[in-house]
Amino acid sequence: MFIQLIIIIFVLFALSRVFMRYSKSEITSREVWMWSIFWFFVIAATLWPKSTDIVAQWVGVGRGADLLVYLSIIVLFFIVFKILVKVEKIDRDITKVVRKWAVEEGEKNDKKIENV
Amino acid sequence: MKIIAVVPAYNENNTITLVIRNLRERVDEVVVVDDGSYDNTYELAKKEGAVALQHFLNRGQGAALKTGIDCALAHRADIIVTFDADGQHDVCDIDSLVRPIADGSADVVLGSRFIKLHNNQQSTTNNKIPILRFLTLQLALLFTKLTTGLKVTDTHNGLRALSRKAAQKINIQHDSMAHASEILEEIAKYNLSYTEVPITVHYTEYSKRKGQSSWNAFRILWDLMVGKISR
Repeated sequence: MFIQLIIIIFVLFALSRVFMRYSKSEITSREVWMWSIFWFFVIAATLWPKSTDIVAQWVGVGRGADLLVYLSIIVLFFIVFKILVKVEKIDRDITKVVRKWAVEEGEKNDKKIENV
Repeated sequence: MKIIAVVPAYNENNTITLVIRNLRERVDEVVVVDDGSYDNTYELAKKEGAVALQHFLNRGQGAALKTGIDCALAHRADIIVTFDADGQHDVCDIDSLVRPIADGSADVVLGSRFIKLHNNQQSTTNNKIPILRFLTLQLALLFTKLTTGLKVTDTHNGLRALSRKAAQKINIQHDSMAHASEILEEIAKYNLSYTEVPITVHYTEYSKRKGQSSWNAFRILWDLMVGKISR
């Protein structure tokens, strides 16, 4: 099927990127293994979609495709939460920088006035 | 007793000069925190003789207030009065705001638009508050009572006075408008003694336009909730 072809082409592209980054020693060989195994499973699931049903039934979900949707939602929620917390933290850090700058400038001005 | 007024200001070049001029008659020092304005608020504040600080980015009223309070503490303030820059507050209220702290009966004095005056008149009768604003503020009261247990009549009022001790304890972490609720939470947390005094708010066309929309209440609730889970 067409969709399978697209996914496999994409996986091959992703794998080529992994090896390219390894050759530039941007990632370790351990990471290459991790990514290779992950993409291997993606190819397997693409070629034999029914095989995911085994895993799904094992955790108590009817179809592999459903399991994928459930997992995706959980992961997305988790990522959104992480980003929300991160943005809050960055916001507070920016304020700290802005405040420090404001106070230091204020002190400089105070000294100028004292010197005059 | 050294009284310092802290005025957070964002694009207030129309009113800041007059506000500082009036304040200087009642307090020892005026600290203006220009919160990244793109007009000349900062220059005007400096010219008027206020201690002027400038955020180079707009960070919100809570952030500006904290910068100002820190500065006032560094300038050895005994009492800190927070005052809005848009001219909606009246300097005549400062004396009654400061008195409970000066005589040691309270750590925090909150200005209230709704508390009854002695002659049973509401402080806002001659300055009608918009109805939508009134309802939003009533909801905010309910929320405050549920979350902090404080029985106040006005939660989001920018006019208040803090003793040095209270100002050192209260840590404003919310940059946005949610700081007003946060101050109440801090009062409850540190068991600070507080009281409310009636004040007048001038809802001019200018202050209404400059001020918050009532929809901001939802923004404040959101900020408070996000703040709770991310700290």
